[in-house]
Amino acid sequence: MSDLNQTMAARYQNNFLKEIEEQAEMGEWVKMCMQCGLCSGSCPTNFQAGWDHPPQEIFMMIRAGKRDEVLKSNSMWMCTSCYNCYVRCPRKVPVTHVMHGIAEYAYRIGQSPKNQPTQHLSKTFWDNCTKTGRVNEVKLTQSLYFKDGIGAGIKKAMEMQAVALGLVKAKRLNPLEAIGIAHKCKDIKGIQAMLAKANELEAQRKAEKAKA
Amino acid sequence: MADVKTAAYICKGCEIDKRVDVAALAKAATKSGKMNIVREHDFLCSAEGVAMIQNDIDNEGVTHAAICACSRRAKTDAFNFPTTAISRGNLREGVIWIRPDTEAARETTQEMAEDYVRMACAEVKAMQVPQGNPNTGGVKTLLVVGGGMSGMTSALEASKAGYKVVLVEKTGALGGWTAKLHKRIPTREPFKAPEDNGVSDMVARIEADSNIKVYLNATIAKTDGSPGRFKVEIAIESGAIANEDIGAIIQATGFTLYDANKLPELGYGKSPNVVDQAGLEGLARDAAAAGKPICRPSDGQPVNKVVFVQCAGQRDTTGTHLQYCSGFCCNTSIKQAMYFKDGNPDIDTVVLFTDLRTPGNGEDFYRAAQNKGVIFSKGVVSNVSASGNTCSVKFKDLILNEEVDTQADLVVLATGMVPSSGPELDALNEANRLAEGGDEGAKEQVVQMMSKSVLNLTYRQGPDVPQFKHGFNDSHFICFPYETRRTAIYNAGPVRRPMDILQAQEDATGAAMKAIQAMENAGLGKAAHPRAGDLSFPTVRLEGCTQCKRCTVECPFGAIDEDAKRFPLFNESRCRRCGTCMGACPVRVISFENYSVNTVGSQIKAVDVPDEFSEKPRILILACENDAYPALDMAGMNRHEYDPFVRVIPIRCLGSVNTIWITDALNGGYDGVMLMGCKHGEEYQCHFVKGSELGRYRLSKVGDTLKGMNLETERVMDVEVAITDIATLPQKINDYAALIKSFPPSPFKGF
Repeated sequence: MSDLNQTMAARYQNNFLKEIEEQAEMGEWVKMCMQCGLCSGSCPTNFQAGWDHPPQEIFMMIRAGKRDEVLKSNSMWMCTSCYNCYVRCPRKVPVTHVMHGIAEYAYRIGQSPKNQPTQHLSKTFWDNCTKTGRVNEVKLTQSLYFKDGIGAGIKKAMEMQAVALGLVKAKRLNPLEAIGIAHKCKDIKGIQAMLAKANELEAQRKAEKAKA
Repeated sequence: MADVKTAAYICKGCEIDKRVDVAALAKAATKSGKMNIVREHDFLCSAEGVAMIQNDIDNEGVTHAAICACSRRAKTDAFNFPTTAISRGNLREGVIWIRPDTEAARETTQEMAEDYVRMACAEVKAMQVPQGNPNTGGVKTLLVVGGGMSGMTSALEASKAGYKVVLVEKTGALGGWTAKLHKRIPTREPFKAPEDNGVSDMVARIEADSNIKVYLNATIAKTDGSPGRFKVEIAIESGAIANEDIGAIIQATGFTLYDANKLPELGYGKSPNVVDQAGLEGLARDAAAAGKPICRPSDGQPVNKVVFVQCAGQRDTTGTHLQYCSGFCCNTSIKQAMYFKDGNPDIDTVVLFTDLRTPGNGEDFYRAAQNKGVIFSKGVVSNVSASGNTCSVKFKDLILNEEVDTQADLVVLATGMVPSSGPELDALNEANRLAEGGDEGAKEQVVQMMSKSVLNLTYRQGPDVPQFKHGFNDSHFICFPYETRRTAIYNAGPVRRPMDILQAQEDATGAAMKAIQAMENAGLGKAAHPRAGDLSFPTVRLEGCTQCKRCTVECPFGAIDEDAKRFPLFNESRCRRCGTCMGACPVRVISFENYSVNTVGSQIKAVDVPDEFSEKPRILILACENDAYPALDMAGMNRHEYDPFVRVIPIRCLGSVNTIWITDALNGGYDGVMLMGCKHGEEYQCHFVKGSELGRYRLSKVGDTLKGMNLETERVMDVEVAITDIATLPQKINDYAALIKSFPPSPFKGF
């Protein structure tokens, strides 16, 4: 993975903006930002102080060529996809999509922050639901709770006990999912064929970009 | 003088008759007003009512008519009798609309209405029909000084409207700064790429235009006379003088760029690779002529990175450089960045700005530049240093909050506009004063300052148009942008405020229209803005004049010179009819036919002042007709009530208030005097620019008079009123009335 990182760094040298424009999805929008800060002001996660940099800064840092800081930043992973920024941007920059594009690129070249909860969830969720075509809630929760070790996992599980029982009672959670007896979609093969084709197309597009 | 026959007309329409006793008003007009004819009418502004008045004028010989109906600002088309002196009693907006329709208020409302009838009768008897200024000149040729974009536009627009134009340009070619531009900011859809500067086309149109006479390498040696009959001497290339008869003048002398040599910290002068925006235009033109890309001036090598420094020596808060934003430079830097990007997208172009300001359709242009890959960084540049062929630009990134040092092959400084507005008159007058006292240094200074004079006017108040903020020529941003304090002389373009080409062209068109209007009005003996079309003009009874010179000094428009015997010499065509001279005159020898110390004074005396036991105070309001009086009218339209003890008299300007009116009112038993005028100072709203300021200065001395009369100084109050104070003004009146009622009644009642 880091090979790809080095390849890209070498190819674009100091022009990180160009790298993002060509490699990250929607990256071509970065140059259109006019630094008004409306996205940062509109972001609900802003008030949680949970990010390294607001979107306005991320855009500016890309232009200033701060490659490592941007790619390793947790900012893009904190996005809740509420689309406030996208709706409000006076320049009609699809900020949400740009953030996702940068996040995906950082992950692809192995530069995204390690053990980042939302990144972990994304990956787990994807793997979980593509297996049977439906989400296995018990396994998904397990994987999320126990990501930081058994102790932390048990603690979290105990905290959420009441919620889980409530869900079971309301028939929203099937405890049997834990042993693999879970709801599935009718045509798993069809779904997987579809996903495989999508993956193939995506890989093809990215390979072309990486070559270009 | 022909026989005077007076008439009063009282309208009963708009429910006036339901609110007041019209028969009693007619009685007041007959008995106190002593009118020869008094008529009531149900609907005076109707065709039938107007015909009744016209019939009296034609068949009864009525020469003076007091129309007591609505405000003088209403129904002006209906009550238009040009051969008759007309006064208006404001019974509608001034009385019934501002008083409650209650039994308790009936008596005071009636008194108010009767007073306004008496006042209208008294005023009209003191008036005469304005005959128009006889000292007119009918020249309809426009002089345009300055052959840049503004000047050329003015000339072409005036010519299109059918007027002759004399265009004077001090250099050897038309086009000004715009001619020096490689390209200009786009003027039409889609606003994405720089355009041809368009100068050659305009020059060709001017050369082909038989209405326009061009003097190149020429300056104005002398401007004498008045609107409609200026005698202008033009110093031409051969050293000879050309004489032109001129009706009105447009000064479109433009600007120079702020001297970048004053910015050594930004590297100017230390390296040829640091240029100002004009410098870059030069490089671009040379490069285009040679068919090559723009190269580094120091060694002719290709440019890989350009940094544009916005606000170089502008928006400076320390007072060292220009304090203002010049408004064109952000768009210019965007355009110049495109010179590089359009040729080679791999050239790095960085614009360092604090606030990017792109007027007009510049936002589209800005976006186009971003699309082309121009980088915009919010930052403040502290230093530019050069070593060898590269420059190092130090700036603080305001978004990332860090100091950055970046390398560039070329640095472009966006310096601002400095107006070419001629000498500052106050400084010049001071230097003149010292020079007359024999100061050698001051004499040199005068010569040096006069060498910068643009118009060389022979006016007593100085050779050029007065300046306002930051050395720009006087102009009111919002209300009357091209007007100067010299009648029929208009400013257009960056000489009056910083602006770009498109704005300058709009400006030049507007100024041309105003200049044409001024010439036409001057030919008819009528006033220019803001009393456009007014036929009255000031006359002076010279036998009473004490040569105190207050009128010549105070006239905001430089209309009054001195004759050989040092008496005031009125140039009626330069006059705007504000009446400041009339207000200033201590011996009251200056008057207009329909506006004089007497027309207002007789109204003040016509008001019935009840005795001290009646508990009915009288408060005189002198309200500026430009802002305060319309605001009061609108208060009436909105039914905002105010105190029934005030009597409002409209005045042309606070500057026209003669202190005798205030003394007369107080001596006559009025309990208070309220003066309403426009805002003065840097953010002035006075339609006569300096009128309200001069009026207020004069009134600041009234306190002593009040003390001498043993009266409270609060009895005279000055209020600053804007036309928008519709709701707050009645409250101010009521507060003041409450204050006056808290004082004992005036001791002068009954004398």
